Amino acid sequence: MTASENSLNRAAAALREEPGDGLAVAVWATLKRDLVLMLRRRSEVLNPLVFFALVITLFPIGISPDPALLAAIAPGLLWVAALLAALLSLDSLFRADYDDGSLEQLLLTPQPLALLALAKVAVHWLLTGLPLALMAPVLGIMLSLPAGSYVVLAISLALGSASLSLIGAIGAALTVGLSRGGVLLSLLVLPLYIPVLIFGAGAVQAAIFGDGVLAHLAILGALLALALSLAPLAIAASLRISING
Amino acid sequence: MWAFINKLRSPKWFYAISARLQPWFWAAALILIVTGTIWGLAFAPADYQQGNSFRIIYVHVPAAFLAQSIFVSMAITGLVFMVWKIKIADMAATVMAPLGAAMTFIALFSGAVWGVPTWGTWWMWDARLTSMLILLFLYLGVIALRGAFSSRDSASRAASVLAMVGVINIPIIKYSVDWWYTLHQPATFTITGRVGMPMEMWLPLLIMVLGFYSFFIALVLTRTRSEILRRESNKHWVRELAEEVN
Amino acid sequence: MSLRLQAQSLACERDDRWLFRDLDLDIRAGEIVRVEGPNGSGKTTLLKILSGQLADYEGELFWSERPMREARESFLANLLYLGHAPGVKAALTPLENLAWYQALSGEKPSEAARFRALEEVGLVGFEDVPAGQLSAGQQRRVALARLILTPRALWVLDEPFTAIDRDGVAALERRLVEHARSGGCVLVTTHHELTPCAELRRIRLGGGGADDGI
Repeated sequence: MTASENSLNRAAAALREEPGDGLAVAVWATLKRDLVLMLRRRSEVLNPLVFFALVITLFPIGISPDPALLAAIAPGLLWVAALLAALLSLDSLFRADYDDGSLEQLLLTPQPLALLALAKVAVHWLLTGLPLALMAPVLGIMLSLPAGSYVVLAISLALGSASLSLIGAIGAALTVGLSRGGVLLSLLVLPLYIPVLIFGAGAVQAAIFGDGVLAHLAILGALLALALSLAPLAIAASLRISING
Repeated sequence: MWAFINKLRSPKWFYAISARLQPWFWAAALILIVTGTIWGLAFAPADYQQGNSFRIIYVHVPAAFLAQSIFVSMAITGLVFMVWKIKIADMAATVMAPLGAAMTFIALFSGAVWGVPTWGTWWMWDARLTSMLILLFLYLGVIALRGAFSSRDSASRAASVLAMVGVINIPIIKYSVDWWYTLHQPATFTITGRVGMPMEMWLPLLIMVLGFYSFFIALVLTRTRSEILRRESNKHWVRELAEEVN
Repeated sequence: MSLRLQAQSLACERDDRWLFRDLDLDIRAGEIVRVEGPNGSGKTTLLKILSGQLADYEGELFWSERPMREARESFLANLLYLGHAPGVKAALTPLENLAWYQALSGEKPSEAARFRALEEVGLVGFEDVPAGQLSAGQQRRVALARLILTPRALWVLDEPFTAIDRDGVAALERRLVEHARSGGCVLVTTHHELTPCAELRRIRLGGGGADDGI
């Protein structure tokens, strides 16, 4: 035994007081860790975007290349496709952590689990929802989305996808312990996505018709505020259930 | 209050008390539903617009009421289970989920049948029917989640959390669907969205609603009792009970 | 405040089967407690209950003479739990893995401390290799480096010897004894036979009940 180790161990024996201000450090470290992890597996970041573009390509082929028809259904199509693309990447949100045991460790920190989980959800939105929102206008051009609604499309998707990530994370947390949670996850989460879809696609419609955009965006914001305040608690509770499954 | 909660902890106590309660609810359900059906189908006046087809309301509306109430009760029993760890609450929630899904399906089906004479089609994206359809998916989610876990304790907790999340979302879904509907089809005639129904029409409806609720309580009591026997089958008092019967 | 983890008439029922009942435990500073029992006797479950992960038990837990419900924060601040899975991210290097654990446990971020911890577990030269390229034993060593990196009084270790080579086992055993001697406390399950020493105590699970076999 080296001397340094002895001193370390002696330090260990003294009981520690409750943690003080480690929360910000822990949340920041979790954010950074998840960002690094996702950026090391770039294909996982790109997959939802490719899926989004693919689905949008299928519609003109399946329905009709007529620009007038496409323009009429473009807001809904773009929103539904983006929603499904965001859903696609949800399953892996907690699964990797569950499989390698770091989720257990996350649950055992003295810091509030809800906030640490929120950090993970934030990374999911940053690397899925936000890129989808930025990419949507390009696909809007391909669907002859009427001019003047592109900015609203991106904003509504950016706002809405944050709610989608939060709500979806509840489903992901509930199904993380199940070996085949993927399909079940969509079954649980999609009905809960409907309000966001209604007001998100509604905002783009409103932009095309030229009124009521702000009302729609305000409601999307309100939904996000609600999700931000309640979803982390549900996610934390669900993770605790799943870890014992 | 606390004494009552502590009593609820004992499945044996619930088994005994529910044995005394359930005949009353079954009787009430039978009387109310029979009265309501006869009154509604035979004596209530026909609607001046829809004629006799409006009488589907006597099934559709009680089923729709119950479909929503059962989800709320499921969330409440889930909360009770999570907070006080009362197993009875979870057993009740377990038996409620398929019942609620069935009621939602009845409401949807009767709505579709009603649609034929009213709209000339089996399905319209009517605000009420759309909300009902989403509710059915919520029920199916809860049932599927419960079935997916291998450990019953985890299944119960997970289903409770999902029911609570769902119950917070139901009003939001309802209002957003209403908003969506008025935005897209402002002029269409809705099947039940009307005011000023005459007394002779809504009194049998009230009786039917009460009858459906009694039926729901009676059925939940009965099915919870068999759920108790199933889950507590290795307990001493259940074995004694079985020996008595034999 | 002194290190003391107590359990009174602890019982755990999993899907209508009692894993253990009426289990009384009193674990104090300076002890190594080995939980023994056949497969499926509830060793991991007991460790999960005693590390505050499972709330699904009957009986009472006390930490430093306070009920666990009130003392949970202080308990978690003194706990280091290593589970079956090492909790090491394959895409991150050992240094990055440890950085997260250091931040999570509220330690000051210190690269020197991380290097020293990796050195102690014999991972010199592997600091910047993605953990996915390391062997199972080396990944386990990354997890074990946390014992050095984040000093905690109570160690709860579930099968810590898995995949570790003979030298590593000896070093880890020495470390456990050293920790107990310096006033810490170790709660461990393992299939590996620990060398008997004054600090070692055994708890046997299995057969529906359990006895405190001192």
